[in-house]
Amino acid sequence: MITAIGKYATAFGRFWWDFLIGDTPELFVGVLVTVGAALALRHERAAAVVTVPLVTVVFLAVSTYRARKR
Amino acid sequence: MNTSNIVLVLAVFGASAVEMVEALTIVVAAGTTRGWRSAFEGSAVAVAVLAIIVGAVGVPLIHLVPIDVLRVIIGALLLVLGLGWMRKAILRSSGHKAMHDEDAIFASTVAELQEEGSGAGTHPRRDALGFAIAFKGVFLEGMEVVLIVLSLGSSSHRLGLASVAAGAAVLIVGGVGVVVARQLSEVPENAMKMSVGIMLTSFGVFWLGEGSGVHWPGSDLAILVLIAFFAAVTTVGIAGMRGVLKERVEA
Repeated sequence: MITAIGKYATAFGRFWWDFLIGDTPELFVGVLVTVGAALALRHERAAAVVTVPLVTVVFLAVSTYRARKR
Repeated sequence: MNTSNIVLVLAVFGASAVEMVEALTIVVAAGTTRGWRSAFEGSAVAVAVLAIIVGAVGVPLIHLVPIDVLRVIIGALLLVLGLGWMRKAILRSSGHKAMHDEDAIFASTVAELQEEGSGAGTHPRRDALGFAIAFKGVFLEGMEVVLIVLSLGSSSHRLGLASVAAGAAVLIVGGVGVVVARQLSEVPENAMKMSVGIMLTSFGVFWLGEGSGVHWPGSDLAILVLIAFFAAVTTVGIAGMRGVLKERVEA
């Protein structure tokens, strides 16, 4: 019983690890930075509206460039 | 139906359709090699389990978690998913990554299943392997759909609408799949994945902002502006990465 629970817990943990981090940890970091930027700038509407989408683009660009054919 | 509901339906429908094409490839492979009855039963049980998960997790989410907290968490999850799909789409369209090939996946699944026993049409009764392969394919591909339905549905309090959109995609792609069977490679899956990735990222940024207390100009209409922005980013990204590849080839 305990072994079965452990097995399912491991599979559950692995699913979330693969989903959130997988082979693109930089995107996960980018999402955390985006959350931080949105919370930090919540009282500065104009700055937030520009900064939040741009932060995601920066991390997308970095991640895509890292995966280029060498 | 307002703008955000229309985009929600399009995003959930598109994401579900993309995942269903991938699941269908596995189900068709299981059906042709191990018998259709087991493949259909495995798929049906997987869909039922996924529907139970949506009901069991989604309803408490809406009622127990404060909406702003929910929107930040869900915005972040949608961003993880959407940015991943956009990244893949840019890499595939610019030639840095091979296109998703349903024919190749179908062939490898069939070969794998045939190694386990004899060929098509010889399993009129229940076949445990065919059932398991179809169940696993539909369940694993469907989990992403469940996450999208829960995310988009609960953040906008439209879980029912999101579930209906996902259900419609499952029925339509399933129906078309029965007709075209092995011609799944004809489905423009890469283009669909790119569009859905752009929509998920746009929703992610939108809900993340709303949950954090950032009020977007134009309210729900900001989603359309974000979609246009991320579509432009994708286009520029593809052109830029094609340039990188060209430089590498010429060097």
